[in-house]
Amino acid sequence: MKKNTVFIVALVLIAILFAGGAQLYRSQQAQEAVAAAARNKESLVRFHSPSLGRAEARVHIVEFLDPACETCAAFYPLVKQMMAAHREDIRLTVRYAPFHQGSDEVVKALEASRKQGRYWQALEALLSSQADWVQHHQAKAGLAWPQLARAGLDIERLKIDMQSPDIARAIAQDVADARTLNVTKTPEYFVNGRPLPSFGFEQLRTLVDEELATTSRAKAG
Amino acid sequence: MMTSPSPALGSRNPDGASLHEANACWALLFAAWLVATTATLGALFLSEVMGVAPCVLCWYQRVFMFPLVFVLACGLFPLDRRVLRYATPLVAAGWLVALFHLLLTLGYIPERMTPCTQGIPCSRIDVEWFGFLTLPMLSLLSFSAIGLALGAFHRKAPP
Repeated sequence: MKKNTVFIVALVLIAILFAGGAQLYRSQQAQEAVAAAARNKESLVRFHSPSLGRAEARVHIVEFLDPACETCAAFYPLVKQMMAAHREDIRLTVRYAPFHQGSDEVVKALEASRKQGRYWQALEALLSSQADWVQHHQAKAGLAWPQLARAGLDIERLKIDMQSPDIARAIAQDVADARTLNVTKTPEYFVNGRPLPSFGFEQLRTLVDEELATTSRAKAG
Repeated sequence: MMTSPSPALGSRNPDGASLHEANACWALLFAAWLVATTATLGALFLSEVMGVAPCVLCWYQRVFMFPLVFVLACGLFPLDRRVLRYATPLVAAGWLVALFHLLLTLGYIPERMTPCTQGIPCSRIDVEWFGFLTLPMLSLLSFSAIGLALGAFHRKAPP
């Protein structure tokens, strides 16, 4: 065999091995995620988790997010648009997976904003101004105060409320549940308990559409 | 295209013996390239597919391993012994980092002497196959194999 043929055959074989291995590994991971979610249904939503939308909505999206995560900030408006298009049918529950350094402080502040009844305003303010308070992948809670004040929060009260042991417990529970459900990257979505087969907004939309279709069929039947 | 030895190696004595030598050298270099490519794609598989984050020392080993894929491939077509000049520093540097990393995971070098600052301690062993084969060990083996192949090339085709 000619030398360049040998070289090209080797290159192609290695590439096939790599791509095939990656495909196999990903499909196994996806299967495991489905199994883990099915096994640990109680880990998906806790009593303390903030939710938006009707409690009896047919499609329930559980999102594990980190307010300091760029992709979470990019996906949030898309999820809101999807919810606006199916106002009666989609419910969103937020869980935390504060993987960025310093993120846990920001999550505490976010949880404390619930005591002032401005949780969603605070979340939206944090996500839209993320570049101002996340520097080099480190969340700086100190830089987020002005954004939260603009969202109508009493910062002095927030700083006291966020030290509550209840909040620390709730966040610890979220982190533990994220581990149970194999959430290692944010954002991670579960639609009626089903994880995304692979990451992407189209995959999320497809999953939501599937659930909307199956639940409406169930209702009709 | 490559049925005759390239000018760089065989032109001085274009006889059967030198053709044979050139083929052997090509095979050695090709073997080194195979090792480098396998190691590179293996590292990428671990980090990109399996999501094992590389520590700082792993990054330095990658810095020296990844370019070998291209440098060695360039030396294959046409076969050029000058590739030894360009590849040897990369192999030597990568080999030293791998050795340092291995000694670290084995506990011969204390962790505080290491440059790990980004949250992933280099002394942590993420992957262990067959009970003993760790990533720094695989890396050291790969750099050693490439180094040995290049050394054999050097002996077969002295400058």
